[in-house]
Amino acid sequence: MSTNDDRKGLQSLSRRQFSMGLAALPLIGMPGLSMAAKYPTAQVNTTKLAVTDTEVIVGQLHSATGTMAISETGSIQAERLAIEQINAMGGVLGRQIKIIQEDGASDWPTFAEKSKKLLVNDRVAAVFGCWTSASRKAVLPIFEKENGMLYYPTFYEGLEQSKNVIYTGQEATQQIIYGLDWVAKEKKAKTFFLIGSDYIWPRTSNKIARKHIENFQKGKVVGEEYYPLGHTNFNSLINKIKIAKPDCVYAIVVGGSNVAFYKQLKAAGITADKQLILTISVTEDELLGIGGENCNGFYACMKYFQSLDNPNNKKFVEAFKAKYGAKEVIGDVTQAAYLGPWIWKATVEKAGSFDIDKIAAASAGIELKTAPEGYVKVHENHHLWSKARIGQIQTDGQFKLIAESPNLIEPNPFPKGYQ
Amino acid sequence: MTASELWNIVLMQGFAGLSLFSVLLLMGLGLAIIFGQMGVINMAHGEFMTIGAYTIFLISSLVETYAPGLMPYYFLIAIGVAFVLAFGAGWLAEWALIRHLYKRPLDTLLATWGLSLGMQQTFRSIFGAKEVSPTLPEWLMGSWSPAEGLDIPINGMFVMALTLLVTGGVFLMLYRSRWGLRVRATVANRTMANAIGINTRKTDRMTFAIGCGIAGVAGAAFTTIGSTGPTSGSLYIVDAFLVVTFGGAASLFGTVASAFGIAQAQSITEFFLNGSMAKVITLLAIVTILMIRPQGLFALKVRR
Amino acid sequence: MTKLRHWLGTSDLAGIALLALLVFVVMPLSTDIFRLNLIGKYLTYAFVAVGLVMLWGYGGILSLGQGVFFGLGGYCMAMFLKLEASDPISTKIQSTPGIPDFMDWNQITALPTWWEPFRHLPFAILALLVIPTLLAFIVGFAMFKRRVGGVYFAIITQAVALILTVLIIGQQGYTGGVNGMTDLKTMLGWDIRTDSARYILYFVNAILLFAAIFACRAIQKSKLGTLMLAMRDKEDRVRFSGYDVANFKVFVFCLAAMLCGIGGAMFSLQVGFMSPSFVGIVPSIEMVIFAAVGGRMSLVGAVFGTLLVNFGKTYFSESFPQLWLFLMAALFIGVVMAFPNGLAGLFEDYVKPWLLRTRAKQPDVPPAEPVVEETTRSVASRTGDSVEPLPAPTAGRLGPAVA
Repeated sequence: MSTNDDRKGLQSLSRRQFSMGLAALPLIGMPGLSMAAKYPTAQVNTTKLAVTDTEVIVGQLHSATGTMAISETGSIQAERLAIEQINAMGGVLGRQIKIIQEDGASDWPTFAEKSKKLLVNDRVAAVFGCWTSASRKAVLPIFEKENGMLYYPTFYEGLEQSKNVIYTGQEATQQIIYGLDWVAKEKKAKTFFLIGSDYIWPRTSNKIARKHIENFQKGKVVGEEYYPLGHTNFNSLINKIKIAKPDCVYAIVVGGSNVAFYKQLKAAGITADKQLILTISVTEDELLGIGGENCNGFYACMKYFQSLDNPNNKKFVEAFKAKYGAKEVIGDVTQAAYLGPWIWKATVEKAGSFDIDKIAAASAGIELKTAPEGYVKVHENHHLWSKARIGQIQTDGQFKLIAESPNLIEPNPFPKGYQ
Repeated sequence: MTASELWNIVLMQGFAGLSLFSVLLLMGLGLAIIFGQMGVINMAHGEFMTIGAYTIFLISSLVETYAPGLMPYYFLIAIGVAFVLAFGAGWLAEWALIRHLYKRPLDTLLATWGLSLGMQQTFRSIFGAKEVSPTLPEWLMGSWSPAEGLDIPINGMFVMALTLLVTGGVFLMLYRSRWGLRVRATVANRTMANAIGINTRKTDRMTFAIGCGIAGVAGAAFTTIGSTGPTSGSLYIVDAFLVVTFGGAASLFGTVASAFGIAQAQSITEFFLNGSMAKVITLLAIVTILMIRPQGLFALKVRR
Repeated sequence: MTKLRHWLGTSDLAGIALLALLVFVVMPLSTDIFRLNLIGKYLTYAFVAVGLVMLWGYGGILSLGQGVFFGLGGYCMAMFLKLEASDPISTKIQSTPGIPDFMDWNQITALPTWWEPFRHLPFAILALLVIPTLLAFIVGFAMFKRRVGGVYFAIITQAVALILTVLIIGQQGYTGGVNGMTDLKTMLGWDIRTDSARYILYFVNAILLFAAIFACRAIQKSKLGTLMLAMRDKEDRVRFSGYDVANFKVFVFCLAAMLCGIGGAMFSLQVGFMSPSFVGIVPSIEMVIFAAVGGRMSLVGAVFGTLLVNFGKTYFSESFPQLWLFLMAALFIGVVMAFPNGLAGLFEDYVKPWLLRTRAKQPDVPPAEPVVEETTRSVASRTGDSVEPLPAPTAGRLGPAVA
């Protein structure tokens, strides 16, 4: 039924794309043509992916609707920007990238359904997508079974490694340990209060944080609390913090709860001059909703801030704002999502092929010198080597860079001593 | 910990309970009018609240750009505007949808569910999928500390005062006004009310619109304590329904009492247990009590 | 054949035949395995919709917590499959091999005792039938004996759905939390992810669904079905006639719950995972909408409704990603406003009179008379009652209650 329609749509689209490709040829110039000629389709695509002489189709799978759309919109925008820029440079192996976008609708089963559609029906060469751990867990078995390639942008809890996924965000230890060490060293924090939304990422992250605080820093955890996703009333929790009087509150609250949490903290008189708060779940995107004035002075540990001062980032921020408007902000995950298509392009060119197995094998060691966050490299475990940075929240909703790790931190999704 | 510190915590915890009470009451009130008086299940209640929240956002950005001097005062006016806009939207929804469905109360649930989907997507198309943050006046933020170590949230007090005002207003309207008389007559006996010359159509529309307007006010007030985004309203809807059902649908007094009970139960269990368990225990208690007293805490005696 | 026709009524027979043709012949032949697997997933929701026809259409009880039972059934099956997928060899990188991965992530070092029985398939199957039914019995017994009904019942079932969701998410060491139970691989060594397994599961699912439809039809045709209709329309009179109304309600609630459990288990098998996003309030309401679109009085209609809404969802979201929520909203509102009896109502009001007219012109078709009798009776029982007396075409023009 609808399959036929889809196929028809695909054909007509590719025909249109084809003529567009021809029209664009003079613009791209000879390099594009010679690239495509140098890499005949029969050679670069031996597994029947959606790759023709002129174009390659990739999938994009995020929530454009539902509660997660708030967070995932930035990733959608960044991936589109990257793909547009790659196309303007002549595409990948001389082929223009075309996107099929699917809506995961903030619903994990829908993610599974759509990922299957992208891999089985559309035969996409790569998928850029997912945001929450739950959506990634839902699609992972499908990517492994159908042999697809997922570029996953979010910082996450670790404990996972797959041939079919490239994790462009940080795994837990890359984000947590540097931040805790910084707080212990610079702010002399000894006692910690851990707070999280009730699901796997905050729980696993807090587990790692607790082990690090107790076993390596010889500090003390004076409280650990979880609240259901979407919880909007934190006054009782705030009173508990007041009783415990921790040196540092370590917060991993997400989504709509985030806004309520910080607004109520401020209203309860817990401000930066009285209480040290370190979070790993607030980026520039979240600050849009919270309002910088409600949490200025608190610290976040990320690998990227929009305010980073380097030429790569300047170019990226400019291009992003030119495309989506001057008011847009860029958070850590948005930047990580932007890396996805670039890493994929570099990998395909290194492998000289679109085949998933070859890409999976060629991924380790891929470097990106043009990344807005600076230099990154893909580890053998398919995570990125990256730096960790501490930023302080300003009233305008941006971060001020306070500290950064001197070297790239090795990704370690299965950390020993933290299990 | 000294005795005075302990005392401060007790005071602040007591205030936390009261503040949650006013939040629950404010979000339940509009629903209580619509659900209790008309028997209509308005699943789009949360989205009417979101209208109020976005009104605050719009007006705050306008004022910030064009008349920064008015920043301290705009909020009160904006709440009024939120009421008017949500009222208008409610009026329209009643005219287009609800009035055709009075004989089928369970169907209003499906229709308003569709409505809420549509409204969410409308917000997303107009304001973007990301959350926004209205700039609130300085005086609304921060805390009032009458003593060392005692911080009473100003936004909490504000919501409380507003709840008091709105609840008082609703009671007055319902029991001291012509409209209230008509509403009560219609609830008691629709046919008879119609027969003695009450325009029940108009009464229904007015009731629905006022309920939505109050939802708008609630949404506007919650910008001080919560988020503003396309799906923010869905955070409140279930709690709002529980408050109204638990109180006994047709009784406003019941809604007040149940909001109080639920708020105290939740804030106390939250204090002694963790958040997730507190939620489960509160909900279990509600369901158990509802099984023993299915008509809710306070029900009108109706012959069935 | 005539006996069957008499038993079912012509329109039902036509509907069932059409559905059977569609499900067993047209769809497997015309679609590839990916789409067929998707349809199989939709058909698991159809169990819930069929249960809702019995519960809501015939029993007059609207439950907004059917996802609870769907989820419980699904989880029972998923627990069995997860245990099989977590044998010590394939989980050797864990700190405790042999337990499900999410337990390992949550520092649980031994399988909890209440998980132990789920190592056995017969127990899992028994559990997925009994646990939803038992919960329905407890909730139903407490509520119906106290004569809770209508909107209150709907809201209370919503609260139950909320509680279970919060519990499952909060106890993630034992349940997998928000992520649910993913990566289910084999059943008794049989790889459920292969294409052939998917075909087999699809047909097993379809056969079970038809069995459920026939069973429900038998109940509708029995004295019990008649009593249920009577109870829905004039509960007091049935009570005064000496029947214990609550018992019937509890029965039909349990029946619906059991059907949900079967659907949930088939879902886990076909999709390969189970998550709390099926237990909550939103999916429960969506399931009610499936039944409403299909027609709350028609078992076959409910299946068609489920298919239609889900096709709509998939098609709209693939073709109009920006607009699809508007289209879904329009679908819900449109169905409620214009076609209160759903697809089945449309069929009754427009297609069937036309069919009868064409048939009347051909006198050589023998059993015309009994057919007419049969259909008028069933039409009467469908639309002629006092609860929903709205013929579709005029529904939009009727004023408020007092008009």
